[in-house]
Amino acid sequence: MQTHAIWQRATGIAREPAFSIGVRAVMATMLGIGAWGLVTGVAMVKAGMSVPLAIFMSLTVYAGSAQLAVLPLMMVGAPLWVVWFTATCVNLRFVILSSMWRHYFGHLRLAHRVSLGYFSGDIIFVAFAQRYPTPEKKPEQLSFFWGAAVGNWVSWQVASIAGILLADVIPLDWGLGFAGVLALLGVLYSMLKDKATWLAAVVASGAAVAAFALPLKMNILVAIAAAVTAGLLMETAERRAARLQPQPAIRPPDPSKGEKFPVMPLPERAQDKESQ
Amino acid sequence: MSAEWTGIWPWVSTLGLAVVTVVTRAFFMIPEREVPMPEWFKRGLKYAPLAALAAVIAPEILMSQGALITSLADARLPAALCASIYFVWKRGILGTIVVGMAVYLPLHIGWGW
Repeated sequence: MQTHAIWQRATGIAREPAFSIGVRAVMATMLGIGAWGLVTGVAMVKAGMSVPLAIFMSLTVYAGSAQLAVLPLMMVGAPLWVVWFTATCVNLRFVILSSMWRHYFGHLRLAHRVSLGYFSGDIIFVAFAQRYPTPEKKPEQLSFFWGAAVGNWVSWQVASIAGILLADVIPLDWGLGFAGVLALLGVLYSMLKDKATWLAAVVASGAAVAAFALPLKMNILVAIAAAVTAGLLMETAERRAARLQPQPAIRPPDPSKGEKFPVMPLPERAQDKESQ
Repeated sequence: MSAEWTGIWPWVSTLGLAVVTVVTRAFFMIPEREVPMPEWFKRGLKYAPLAALAAVIAPEILMSQGALITSLADARLPAALCASIYFVWKRGILGTIVVGMAVYLPLHIGWGW
């Protein structure tokens, strides 16, 4: 009965028009995600994993950046806690995103919330934020989310498993993974809306490069902290600039107008009144 | 296959990684009640996703083997530049990937940049 109810709920969600809009929203990045998935699949097998284990990892872990980060550790037989801790660090950005998801989906039951979390990646977050730029809650958002999540999951898994099965045929040195970088670049550009977001992105890029030598991909966290600080400072500065009127400059006296003392011009509206 | 990949441990390790995915992605959705957070923190969160993206991308474009690239003869630079120009022009992600790869692949495979 339980499964029946879940099935009914799922088909209900999938039948809403927002579901196919969600699928279409991730279509644009599918090519890049596909290339990235392919490269991840190849990398897993080239690192020495058996095909069943690699497929198992692809289907269960479903986190490309974490998978790539732990491969070298698993290859040398690093302790379990090191492997898991590394993956947690790489995934910490999802912890931050999860607090945003809560705003939209906090009313759902625990099992539904956790499944939403599992399927929410960077790409889905960006697609969602583009379609719903204001924090307003709408009923169709759930269908949109699942549409984007299913679309992204399918394209990732198909490509990743293809990479696992064809690992001996696909040469890694072609640099197909660069398509994934380009996809993320496009996604990043579409998130840059104003001065504060641009500044945050530039600061994050600089910090990530500068702190690259840190272990466990901690440079990503350093970059996030620096960019959040920069963004908040920029917001504060802009708000303060908007509040402060530019000070009128005091000009020297103009004898031709009969002025004897330095003159501080009045704000424009007051001058208009005087001249009338 | 090396010894590290045989036996039960790689499977246990992988299963643990799946748990890591669930817990990190669902983290703030797990408690029944909302975790109180200061207002500035919530405002700052808006910059986190784009910062994470930029932090992943920048080293991929600007670095190789852990150091800033020193040569301009690197296929990634013209590819990223052309992709950026395309994006400013058309604002489409699919086209950005296609244009970038159309510049990257010939330079990288053909010329070895």
